[in-house]
Amino acid sequence: MAPRVDALFYFILGVTIFFTTLVFLLILVFSIRYRKERHPVPVQIHGSIPLEIFWTIVPLGIAMIIFAWGGILFFQEMHPPKTSMDIYGVGKQWMWKFQHPGGQREIDNLHVPVGRPVRMTLISQDVIHDFFVPAFRAQYDVLPGRYTTVWFEATKPGVYHLFCNQYCGTNHSAMVGEVYAMSPDDYEAWLRGSGAFGSLATLGQNVFASMGCPTCHTGADNARAPNLYNLYNTTVRTSENQTVTADASYIRESILNPSAKIVYGYQNIMPTFQGQLNEDEMIELIEYIKSLTYNGQLLQLQTNTQQEPPVNLNKIQQGIDVMKPGTNTIVMPRTSAVPVTENAQEPSSKEPAPRQVVTPSNGSAAAPAKPSTTSKPKAPQGEQQQ
Amino acid sequence: MASDTTTLAAPHHHPESLHEQFDTLEQQKDVAQFGMWIFLVTEIMFFGGLFGAYLIYRNLYYPAFVAGSNSISIVLGTINTAVLICSSLTMAMAVHSAAIGARKLLIFFLTATLLLGLVFLGIKGVEYHDKWVEHHVPGANFHFVDPERPGEAPVPADVASQTSIYFSLYFLMTGMHALHMCIGVGILLALIWKAYRGAFPPHHYTMIENFGLYWHFVDIIWIFLFPLLYLISRTPQMH
Amino acid sequence: MSTATISPAALEMPRDTYLNASYGVKSWFLTKDHKRIAIMYLVSITSFFLYGGLMAIMMRLELLTPQPDLFQSDVYNKLFSMHGITMVFFFLVPSIPAVLGNFVLPMMIGARDLAFPKVNLASWYIFMIGACFTFSAYISGGVDTGWTFYTPLSTGYLNTHVVAAALGVMIAGFASIFTGLNFIVTTHRMRAPGMTWFRLPLFVWSMYAVSVVQVLATPVLAITLILVAVERAFHIGIFNPALGGDPVLFQHMFWFYSHPAVYIMILPGFGVISEIIPCFSRKRIFGYSAVAFSSMAIGVFGFLVWAHHMFVAGISTYSALVFSLLTFIIAIPSAIKVFNWTATMYKGSIHFDTPMLYALGFIGLFTIGGLTGLFLAAIGVDMHVTATYFVVAHFHYVMVGGMLLAYLAGLHFWWPKITGKMYPEAAAKLAALITFIGFNLTFFPQFVLGYMGMPRRYHSYPPEYQVLNVLSSAGASVLAVGLLMPMFYMLWSLKYGEVAGKNPYRATGLEWTTDSPPPAHNFHETPVVTQEAYDYESLLQEEVEVG
Repeated sequence: MAPRVDALFYFILGVTIFFTTLVFLLILVFSIRYRKERHPVPVQIHGSIPLEIFWTIVPLGIAMIIFAWGGILFFQEMHPPKTSMDIYGVGKQWMWKFQHPGGQREIDNLHVPVGRPVRMTLISQDVIHDFFVPAFRAQYDVLPGRYTTVWFEATKPGVYHLFCNQYCGTNHSAMVGEVYAMSPDDYEAWLRGSGAFGSLATLGQNVFASMGCPTCHTGADNARAPNLYNLYNTTVRTSENQTVTADASYIRESILNPSAKIVYGYQNIMPTFQGQLNEDEMIELIEYIKSLTYNGQLLQLQTNTQQEPPVNLNKIQQGIDVMKPGTNTIVMPRTSAVPVTENAQEPSSKEPAPRQVVTPSNGSAAAPAKPSTTSKPKAPQGEQQQ
Repeated sequence: MASDTTTLAAPHHHPESLHEQFDTLEQQKDVAQFGMWIFLVTEIMFFGGLFGAYLIYRNLYYPAFVAGSNSISIVLGTINTAVLICSSLTMAMAVHSAAIGARKLLIFFLTATLLLGLVFLGIKGVEYHDKWVEHHVPGANFHFVDPERPGEAPVPADVASQTSIYFSLYFLMTGMHALHMCIGVGILLALIWKAYRGAFPPHHYTMIENFGLYWHFVDIIWIFLFPLLYLISRTPQMH
Repeated sequence: MSTATISPAALEMPRDTYLNASYGVKSWFLTKDHKRIAIMYLVSITSFFLYGGLMAIMMRLELLTPQPDLFQSDVYNKLFSMHGITMVFFFLVPSIPAVLGNFVLPMMIGARDLAFPKVNLASWYIFMIGACFTFSAYISGGVDTGWTFYTPLSTGYLNTHVVAAALGVMIAGFASIFTGLNFIVTTHRMRAPGMTWFRLPLFVWSMYAVSVVQVLATPVLAITLILVAVERAFHIGIFNPALGGDPVLFQHMFWFYSHPAVYIMILPGFGVISEIIPCFSRKRIFGYSAVAFSSMAIGVFGFLVWAHHMFVAGISTYSALVFSLLTFIIAIPSAIKVFNWTATMYKGSIHFDTPMLYALGFIGLFTIGGLTGLFLAAIGVDMHVTATYFVVAHFHYVMVGGMLLAYLAGLHFWWPKITGKMYPEAAAKLAALITFIGFNLTFFPQFVLGYMGMPRRYHSYPPEYQVLNVLSSAGASVLAVGLLMPMFYMLWSLKYGEVAGKNPYRATGLEWTTDSPPPAHNFHETPVVTQEAYDYESLLQEEVEVG
């Protein structure tokens, strides 16, 4: 994105310099030519309609060009490519927690592969934060109670600044981190080397079980609750005959405020899980639901081998239009979508040693060998480690 | 808006009730009313913020607004609406009395307006008290239990918790309205005292007129609040 | 007559002025004279400005080094919050309207006073009560919300006296409403005979536009801040996502006021500049109606662009596009003004008195401030530079380079009218120059910092940003000198300044036809207007005849 943003930036900069110079020059020339000593008798001019029109139309035209350009750029910035990988981020006073689909977790650091678009799905546990990586020209607010996304693609390996760019209280300026852009091989190695308790989807499966979700979301035809297989990213029809895309926000809302959108043909019987799930567990649940596909393949890097496809063959269910035609024909062997595993208590112990307060110096100390390059923000600040 | 020249070069002797900055009593009166209208515009914007919030949240949490709306007393609300409309009538009569210079009538109608305003505030107080007893006042004490409604499913828990938004808006909107009523009552007391002292001769009752505008404005706010909060989200009782 | 005649004879102070009409503390604190109320505002906002400036200096000192050294994080947060709240709500918003507008607007239209003198006095008291609330919060530990009071941080997470600060701002808002209401009614109903709408000085037009914005926008801020205070005090959930509220709704409501408030802060500056440029070019303003209507257009469009502060705050893509488009459209009237002012100088006979220097500085800096707004309006670029130092630099170019310079220009311009004495010209020119240099040195590096990605409101920062920060801090010290100087020589001039006479600049406009300082009721007899504004042609002709 950076070159594209910069292209527009420099275009506007050109416009700015042109008009600033124009105005300054005019003022200077008039000040010299028409100063009272040299031009004692002023010439009274009322104005000029053609001139007024001229300097209304020309700036308007330029403004419209910039608007259109900026708008197109904005659309690109708001729509991550289909090939993007997902990483989840949770902001809280005053730290960043990131979770990779494979279950790797990091705090204030973010490892990403080079050459692959990364879509960040972000949420805050408390106040509004803002995820800002200047080198990638990527920025978006991180809101409490709602997912926002931002995407970027690192092109050069290196260490880049990550800032919280929405004032969030006392240690706002310490809510900084480092983004490590790594070659795909290094990234794979890093993923393997960072001990994970299991992929987010597996963890989510445990949460799913421990919350008792499988009791209703059996996946059976006659179940009291909708089938969750192949749900992610499909279009859902609600009882009010509206349609909604089953993305992360929708799943989150359905868990916390089940009454908000009832799937067509179902009763409003689901209890709310407000206050029972933290944001990490919510993300795991979403990854789990995302991983539930009929062809048994998980969408993300990590596969969950325990997963078996469920029943409910012919009609996936009323209300859910499966986008991929043909999936309906797959034969599913079991009635229970999810086996209730015995390690249901596990989720509580899985969170890594949490809540360390980040001291202001922490951010810079964590970045090894960071030569201070003052001039170019987009230049990587050091070929990087790991 | 205005004509080209609004004032005439005026002689410098001023009648007693004419303020220094004006040339004529007509101008003075005109200015006072114009100012009042602009003040009311700011009031509209003030309440507009609340109405905007109401619209957004009603869109977002319609079921909660239905549940909340069902729990408030439509009877008391209707009575209050009637009381306020009557008070607007008495206020209009008061302005008329002032115009024709009937001092006793003026005092009578102002007092009637005052009493009706107090009745409104009293009933509002009863409603607030009911809500307090029912734990419907948002905050630490808030706990929404849907009243038993035969033939209908109880309100789901998530909707019940969202009713706190409805009640927040209910208390803020009616509270701000009640605050305006209280200010109105205060001014009414002062006006009655002044009327009693004979401060409003037939051609010098701008203050009464402006207060009338204010009072009608406060009424109109209620005329919007009543349907929004009491009526449009309400579902009829099942039998 | 709308034009002045110069009296070459030795000048002496007029005998009966608003200053010596009565004496004693009571005669000031209970005055209904718009001129005295303006002076009271002047004293109040100058002290608030000093306070806000002190906060800024302490911030710049802290930012000399990347590490936190002078202050703790929360102290720094309080510094920028109090700087912002003070400067925006207690200095910029009242500055030109309540001081210069209050003083000259009635005179410009030939009125003896504003329509509601008591309301005017009340507005000062309300303003001071609001200030008491907010400053009590400052004194009892400070406020660290930022001037924007964003929820849910302000309502649920900070332990400072947010309620007092917010209520103070809300109360001060009513002062602004009352001023605006007064100006609207006065402009409509109190104009002197012959003073038609299109003979109004452009300052009056811009004050009128500002007043409309004040009257319509400020109540929304009031209710928003009441919501914040109530939410904080009673734990209700209008803006609290945990209770189903929407924190972004606060931003919508806040910016619905605060974006128009940007125009409350800059439009009066446009008015001042539109007075000064013709006067010191000895020439009509170029395109009177274009300038007048562009003020009104800015006032109207100003209400339709609030969400451009929220492009990355989670608003929908399409609404962001609409707000971006409207933002580009509102840039046009400002451009029109800049071109008209510049064209006014063409074939003029330009005098470089201090007000003109400030005005020229204004045009230059406002041009930069306005054009850098294009970066922020283009959403694609805004995604990168929003909330960085680029934004800080942008709005300081508009607010300080624009509004503050215009305020100083106006203050110098009307100082002889207000006090009857001339400021010392040499010192004033020097101050203007120092201010201009110091300002650019302070804020230009911040554009670069912002492009490099330095976030605003950062107490400590990565070391690669240090060089530019040191530059900026150095500039701030120069700027401080430039801004402090007028306070000294203006006070000096009260006693030692030359007597100014009715119309020291030989300017048009009714305010220059009366004594300096004016008598208590402004005019010895009601003026009658027969000419258009800025009729320097007739004025010069008269001078030739007289001289």
